[in-house]
Amino acid sequence: MPETRDSITDIWGRRTGYTGQWPTRIDEHLTAEPDHWVQSACVLCSNGCGLDIGVKNGRIVGVRGRAEDRVNCGRLGPKGLHGWQANHSPDRLTKPLIRRNGELQEASWEAAMDLIVQRSKELIRQHTASSIGFYTSGQLFIEEYYTLGVLGKAGLGTPHMDGNTRLCTATAAAALKISFGTDGQPGSYSDIDHTDCLLIVGHNPASQQTVFWARILDRLAGPNPPQLVVIDPRLTYTAERATVHLAPRVGTNVAVLNGLINLLIEADQLNHEFIKQHTMGFAELRKTVEKWTPDRVERLTGVPADKLLAAARIIGSSPTLVSTALQGVYQSMQATAAAVQVNNIHLIRGLIGSRGNAILQMNGQPTSQNTRECGADGDLPGFRNWDNPAHIEELARLWNVPVDKIPHWAPPTHAMQLWRYCETGSIKLLWIQATNPAVSMPELARIRKILQQKDLLVVVQDAFLTETAKLADVVLPTAIWGEKTGTFTNTDRTVHLSYQAVAPPGEARSDFDIFLDYARRMDFRDQDGRPLIGWSTPEEAFEAWKACSKGRPCDYSGLSYAKLTGGSGVQWPCNEQYPNGAEHLYTDHQFNTHADYCETFGYDLVTGAEKQPEEYKANDPQGRAIIVAADYEPPHEEPDAQYPLWLTTGRVVYHFHTRTKTGRAPALQAAAPEGFVQLSAEDAARFGIREGDRVEVTSRRGTATEPARIGGIEPGLVFMPFHYGYWDHDEHDKRAANELTLTEWDPVSKQPHFKYAAVRIRKVAGAPAAAADTPPPAKPSGQVG
Amino acid sequence: MHLPHYLGLLDHSEKQITKAFEQVARHHHDEPDIEQMCQKLSAWSREHRGKLVPFLQRYFETSSSEPARLKQQLLAPPRHGALGLIRDLHDLWLLTQEVQLCWTVIHQATLALRDEELKATCEFCSSRTKRQTDWLLGRIKQAAPQTLVVAD
Repeated sequence: MPETRDSITDIWGRRTGYTGQWPTRIDEHLTAEPDHWVQSACVLCSNGCGLDIGVKNGRIVGVRGRAEDRVNCGRLGPKGLHGWQANHSPDRLTKPLIRRNGELQEASWEAAMDLIVQRSKELIRQHTASSIGFYTSGQLFIEEYYTLGVLGKAGLGTPHMDGNTRLCTATAAAALKISFGTDGQPGSYSDIDHTDCLLIVGHNPASQQTVFWARILDRLAGPNPPQLVVIDPRLTYTAERATVHLAPRVGTNVAVLNGLINLLIEADQLNHEFIKQHTMGFAELRKTVEKWTPDRVERLTGVPADKLLAAARIIGSSPTLVSTALQGVYQSMQATAAAVQVNNIHLIRGLIGSRGNAILQMNGQPTSQNTRECGADGDLPGFRNWDNPAHIEELARLWNVPVDKIPHWAPPTHAMQLWRYCETGSIKLLWIQATNPAVSMPELARIRKILQQKDLLVVVQDAFLTETAKLADVVLPTAIWGEKTGTFTNTDRTVHLSYQAVAPPGEARSDFDIFLDYARRMDFRDQDGRPLIGWSTPEEAFEAWKACSKGRPCDYSGLSYAKLTGGSGVQWPCNEQYPNGAEHLYTDHQFNTHADYCETFGYDLVTGAEKQPEEYKANDPQGRAIIVAADYEPPHEEPDAQYPLWLTTGRVVYHFHTRTKTGRAPALQAAAPEGFVQLSAEDAARFGIREGDRVEVTSRRGTATEPARIGGIEPGLVFMPFHYGYWDHDEHDKRAANELTLTEWDPVSKQPHFKYAAVRIRKVAGAPAAAADTPPPAKPSGQVG
Repeated sequence: MHLPHYLGLLDHSEKQITKAFEQVARHHHDEPDIEQMCQKLSAWSREHRGKLVPFLQRYFETSSSEPARLKQQLLAPPRHGALGLIRDLHDLWLLTQEVQLCWTVIHQATLALRDEELKATCEFCSSRTKRQTDWLLGRIKQAAPQTLVVAD
């Protein structure tokens, strides 16, 4: 059966050049003719492409893009076209597992849930609910996150709930809150259709959001193409198409961005009226950036002064601007400080809230936006402010629980601290859902050790026996995308409904049903003795979430399952004012910074200290955006004689996260069967390494060995994709990039630093790896910064 | 004129907090955020001392005979674990109060003296000392419930 295009060799498909309305192109991949189609959207990156699932005899037989969807206009990328095949993998978990005598053994749901519930009750009795922690995902649905958020915050009352979104989009949220008062992307993908200029910082959409990149390629192929400025230390596919490509040394994003802002100010390419009426903090910004002259930027970052000038000229003279940032910013030094400078560029030029102007502080995962919105991570539901008693009271009223049931004595515990509490023994039950920290967290030897700690009960809820599940005490088998119904929201606030198309295998259950079962068994009740969680279907949960979101920036109150069925996804806010959603926030240049409405009272960008409410109220921005300046700070670990090279980590186009799904989709797995160490020809010569040689990379924390790929990277820097772990590889032959990475994080967003570490490399004696015989399918690519 | 005396006292206070931050960074190096932030904040206090040098010279005092009063009582012996961390951050917070008060006292004097340079230094260093205090307080508030209620 046909695939409408070969997305493995031709990642983005044929060009449909345009300006204005993006033409449709329907991408489809079927292995048999479906007997019916079921509406859904893709969950293999943060783009959220609308698609239909083809079903034949109760099995998924393929997917096709939805032409009417505003996100993709029918297109799908390689991961979307092939990833669904993982649903059929023989590796799927079909029964709960309990560790007995050191071995994971099949068990009944009754036994597994009973064990978790008994342990929970015992711990609460002995140590309070603060001995229970949740480490969730960017892969579940709104209905699941909200249920989890309520049971954690109003049922158990534990502050320890965060997601792998901490590794992924915590900085996006932090930067948006700091500049505009609350989370929420100011613009839309449709701004690409009209913009004159794109600034892409530490983001490689050509690999990570391929359909988003196809939209940009189509603008470049049409009339009046936009100019493209790319900041990335590697020559990625994205960088190859840039009008100007700046390749800074890792860890120097703030210096480059301050250099750009300085040039904009010097050339007076500012919107003075906008700055005066709608912002505060500009004077401090001017003072901070003025010393970042092009020469000084060049000395520190390696970006030639004339290139910086060329980039500033483009950005400064463009009447509209779309900026994006991702892990090259978020997972590097001064993550939040750098992301905020991207916002500042828009604020000083007044380019926000109108057609062609967007800031996309990108998400990495398909539903990480919802982890943030629904209170399943270190944020409260509906972008509420943990430090604002009125916001806590709203939640207490909504859930009908005493105010002090809801933990609000400090910000909800961030993931890195949560793992630290497990390590030091004060969290004694860790419940992990739909994520694989044994490959994705930094410093894996430490993570493995924590997961195996004797007094820590580890529950893993997953569809596969991941590297993490293998170390668990209880494993709960789950239904995945296509096997359950729910909603989720992409980077540009577009909400999609994904219907159940087929039954889950064996005894696998949806995460939603597992949470409801736990809440029922724990007998969580409100203060009138009624069940705390009064819903039992996803649609009822969605209705409850709508009530929670009403009146907040992420207002879903005008949406319904009916409204999300049949046509395109719809953006929030969707309410009486915006019945069909809104492409732009802040069209009137009034931001969400009022003291009684904002999600945060601000941070010290250097120390991460939270500003006090009184301090904020004394100088209430009342709707002005907040310009926060930041000076450059050097990284904590730098190359030295012992570890002379920088390591940076990232992604390849064919895989998602730890390959739990994409590694089980045959075409994707064949396209990128194993990892690699990318290094420059200069470093290859220096260390006597040839293409395909096995290279051992060592940091202060561990060692990983992968075959060499030479070229496309600056001397002094090596790159490894982080996808490759051990479920299909001998665990004694260490190869995961995160064996090497650092346990440290941004002081504000608490996002770990995956983008730099000091390492040394050497060629491993013996035969070159099999990789040398496999022609590389495509240039390695990742988002680095 | 007792300004030199107070400059000496301040110099000592910044010196002892420089050392104290370093010491806490060392004792709690298994808490990555503590180690790194305490090193950074130690460097701030060291820089404050550097900024004081010209004023110590201007007002004819190179050092004070005042003993480092607080640190002798605080931060010893080395503490470990969750409770040890909170106690150490607690002591650091107290030390920042000592420093802050010195800057405030001297800032008052600079107004009467009309020494614009010292006044500017006081304002810069005082606001950074406040940032040290704010970070310490935030971190203490974060750690307190888990340490006092749950940790062994």
